[in-house]
Parts: sequence; C-alpha cells; structure tokens
Amino acid sequence: MGNISDEKVKELQLKATDIRKSIVESLTEAGSGHTAGSLGMADIFAYLYFFALKHDPKNPDWPERDIFVLSNGHICPGLYATMAHAGYFRVEELQTLRKLGSRLQGHPHREYLPGIETSSGPLGSGISQAVGMALALRIDEGKTTNRFIYCMVGDGEMDEGQNWEAIMTAAKYRLQNLVLIVDRNNIQIDGYTEDIMPLNDLKEKFESFNWHVQEIDGHNFEMIDDAIGHAKSIFDKPSVIIANTIPGKGVDGFQRRPEWHGKSPSKDEAKNALKELRTLHGQIKCDQLD
Amino acid sequence: MINKKAKINPDIFEENVVKTPTRDGFGDGVVDAGRGEANVVVLTADLTESTRANKFAEEFPNRFFNVGIAEQNLASVASGLAAMGKIPFATSYAMFSPGRNWEQIRTTICYNDQPVKIIGSHAGLTTGPDGGTHQALEDIAITRVLPRMVVICPCDYEEAKKATIACSRTKDPTYLRLSREKTPQITTSETPFEIGKAIKVFESKEEVADVGIISTGILLHKVLKMANELEQNGTNVEVLNIHTIKPIDERAIIELAEKSGAIVTVEEHQVAGGLGSAVSEILARNLPTPIEFVGVHDQYGQSGNGEELFSQYNLDESAILEAVQKVISRKV
Repeated sequence: MGNISDEKVKELQLKATDIRKSIVESLTEAGSGHTAGSLGMADIFAYLYFFALKHDPKNPDWPERDIFVLSNGHICPGLYATMAHAGYFRVEELQTLRKLGSRLQGHPHREYLPGIETSSGPLGSGISQAVGMALALRIDEGKTTNRFIYCMVGDGEMDEGQNWEAIMTAAKYRLQNLVLIVDRNNIQIDGYTEDIMPLNDLKEKFESFNWHVQEIDGHNFEMIDDAIGHAKSIFDKPSVIIANTIPGKGVDGFQRRPEWHGKSPSKDEAKNALKELRTLHGQIKCDQLD
Repeated sequence: MINKKAKINPDIFEENVVKTPTRDGFGDGVVDAGRGEANVVVLTADLTESTRANKFAEEFPNRFFNVGIAEQNLASVASGLAAMGKIPFATSYAMFSPGRNWEQIRTTICYNDQPVKIIGSHAGLTTGPDGGTHQALEDIAITRVLPRMVVICPCDYEEAKKATIACSRTKDPTYLRLSREKTPQITTSETPFEIGKAIKVFESKEEVADVGIISTGILLHKVLKMANELEQNGTNVEVLNIHTIKPIDERAIIELAEKSGAIVTVEEHQVAGGLGSAVSEILARNLPTPIEFVGVHDQYGQSGNGEELFSQYNLDESAILEAVQKVISRKV
C-alpha cells in the first residue's frame, strides 16, 4: 500500500459504483434506512474489501484475517453491498435488507451474517471493541503482530463520550495495529455537526490524545491508499484517518443534505439516482442515458 | 435443621464465625481461574484493589488492563477481548457496572453473545457509609432482564470463589454480584456448587414445612439464624440458597412451595425485579402460593453501617421473623 496503480484505482472506482448502485437499490426496496453515510463511505469500503483487508469471503472466520469493526452500524447498507460484491453472499440477497428473517438486519448482527465481526448500532462503542481486539492480539502475538484492526466511526458519533474513553485507552496501550477511520461528512440526524455539537478541529483533538493523525479526501483512492499504508507503518501509536467525505456521494440530490442521513429513496428518486450513478467515473456519457 | 449434604460451616451459629468479604472470593477465584486458563484476562476501571483484582494483576500483568474511570469503555473493551477468544472479567462497583454501562453490556456483550463476566462489587446496603449513590439495589433487576445473561449472587467468600471459577469455564455472559463488607462464612470448600442449581441449606424435620425461605446473597446468614430459632420454637422451616438468580432453579422453588405452602424471599436488593419478582413469576405460573418479600421496597439507601441499614430498611432478623409469621397466617 502507498503505491496504488492507475489500473487498480480504475477497478476500485468501478467497484465503488457497483456498491453505490446496490446501496440505492437495497434501501429503496427496504423502504427505510440510512442513505447518506452509506453512499459517502462506498469508496473506502471498496478500498478496504477489494484491496487492503486480509480476508477470505469464503472463509469469514479465517484465523489470520484482519478485523473490520463498523461502529456506525447504521451505514451497514454500504457494508452489506460491499460484502456481497466481494463474494460473502449473493448480490440478490441485498434485496432482503431490513425484512423479517433477513440476515441483513437494520443494524448489523454478527450472529446473523458471517463476516460481521460485531453487532453495532447504538453509537460510540466500536472503538472500545477495537481496542479490546487489539489488546487480545497484543497478548497472543506481541507487538509485532501483522494483523490489523480497522474501525470505522461517523463524525456525529464522536459526540458520544465513550469514544474518548477508548481513544485514551488506545493511546495508553500504544495500539499500533489499530487503524481508525472517521467519516467526516459534517452531518448527523438533526443537521450539520457543527450546529448540533461542534467537533471543531478533530485533527487537533486526536493529536492532543497522542494519536497519529492524517486527514484525507475520502473519495480519492490514491490518498486513501497512501494514508492506510502510512497508518500501518506507524510504531508506538494508534492511527486515525479523518476522511472528509460527501454524504450521499454520487447522487446530486442526496449530497450534503442532512435529511438524507436517515431516510431511503422513493422508487422515482432511486430511478434517477441509478441513472446518475451510471455516469460516475465516465462509465457512460450523459447523452447516452435513456 | 442444617442439611448435612450442604456441608456448611459448623461454626455458623457461633459468635466468632469467620467473616470474609465475597469480593475476596472473587479475587482468589480469578487467580485460580487464570492459572488454569491462559485466556482469562481481567479489566478494571480504576478499582483494582477495591474489587480485589490486584492479586491477578500482580501475577498476570500482561493479562490485566486498567481502563481508568470509564465503565462504558470497560464493558466494550471486554467485549472486544472476548471476540478474539479471551475470557474477560470486567471489574468495578455494581453501581457503575452494570449500573452506568447497561446499554454497552446489552449490545456489545449480551446481544453480541460474548463471554464477558461483569464483576459488580460493593452491591447492596452493606456498602454502608458511602451512602445511597453507591449502594446498588437495582443491579439484579437490570441484569436478569437481559437475554443470555447469567446472574449469580453468592452468599459468602467460598461461594463467590466457586462461582468465579465456574463462570470462567462457560461461554455465557455473566453478572457476579459481590459485597464490600466482611460477612460470615456460611459454606465450605466441600459445599456443592453448580451454576443454576439451588442449595437446600436448611431442612424441615418433617415431610412438610410450615414455611419455605428463599434467600440470595449474604443475608442467608440471618435467614439461617432465624430458621434455627424458629425450629427450636416448633416451626418447621426449609431454606433454599438461590445463588444463581438466572437461570433460576424453578424445580427447587416449586418443590419448596409444594412442601411448605408459604414462601418468604430475602434479598439485599429491590424486591421489584429482584429475587422476589423472580420467585413470584415462577409460582404465579406453576403453583400460586402466598409470598412475603424481605427486601428493599422502592427506596434508595443512605449512609450508615450495614447492620444499621438492615434495621432501617427492614432486612434484619426481626423483619424475616415478621414475614414468616405473616405468610404462615395467610395460608389457607
């Protein structure tokens, strides 16, 4: 990592577009769920599951795997779509999202779906769990472990005090195999993060808690690649990547609007969104659209 | 009379009966568990010595983690350790864990089905002079309501030690309720212990009993003293020690109700949601029986020493006696 090829970037862009389409389709079929954050993190999901993570979709319990903890469980439509495209289960199953008997619970449940490392939904507990996992690896494999714990959190989620308890703990134990990715999309349910509860300078906050901090464009694969590579090379500190993303990324009507945090598209909205997604990354020219 | 099979401490009715806190039983038990199983780890939230986690910390420094005064983090870090194959004992005061961090226990431990053991020390009125803020009287209620959670409330040092070792060998999320105060050693190392199996500690001399007393935790000592007195005055009593509140030993409770036709429950906890509720739920479904409840009734504690507070809140010997007389009078 840290030296991604142009071909790989192109491939990941196409994967991310597939993921976004599946997010829109599954949320529309479900009739409820969280659109903005799911679309916003599609690029990072694609990067993790198609490039960075050591994992085996056919053997989700592979003992050598890296661990991915989704703390902001409400963006699981993005995770489910990514896992389906990565081969954990059939893409058709995405249509069962949020329905009775589905393995794709409204918020992820590890017992329902192999490959989900922990059940999440109530915000603020993912970093703590990732800290526990990293400590367990420390006991078993020492400081030289080459297994990594990745944890994703939302920026609104950082309002929860438990995160800061965990952030202190990770620094205390110098958990160098912990990589935290903050989705800095500036929205939460009630509005813009800086209106609801100002986070101010997250970079400064993390630095003062003695973390290694990087800030990137969360839609730029070269930057994502560079940051993950750098994070993994840091010794003696946990690492955080503050990924600036556009909530609802890929569909103009959904972008940067807090009201899309917690709702799903109507059938008409989905139709237009899917047309628009076809034009992402130059797959198809606008004038060729039906 | 004392049930011989329970092999309880022969000095139990002596003035100078040995007294040791249940938290010490945890402290010694978890060291034994740690020696036997390398996956046992211990966490604390700035209460290493108070929860008696210190012996484990000294012997296994690499398997001990102090997360500071942060009980929410405590529960979820423990969940993460368990996800990677560890058997974490997360220690704090009952008021803070499971008190403050209930949702983290629900979601990241029970819903997530991780084998974390929540050690809640300083439960009940015997926390004493610290006052009502620190006297957990609701912890049994909020843990027994959680699907999958096993809830254990030991009566003394030995039982706490056995419970600690026993729960280190299960995959179940478990809450272990402990006390700060030194309390009489009722059981011995010979007393049988199995999670979920009640112990008949006092037996009626006859085929039937006038009353059955069901007790959990350290108040068992007062119950046994009163059972002994009642027996000497011609009342046949049978006493069950319910160390495991969940899964509760339904059969033992129903059998006692059949045998006695009148039940008294005794606990250092709110009756609502506690042992009193648990026993009522079983008997209402299976064998409606008159019940009287010795416990805290919708009140908070206050400063004072344990014995003073037991009198103040009607958990003492006279309260047990009164409940026994009342329930017998209600028999049809």
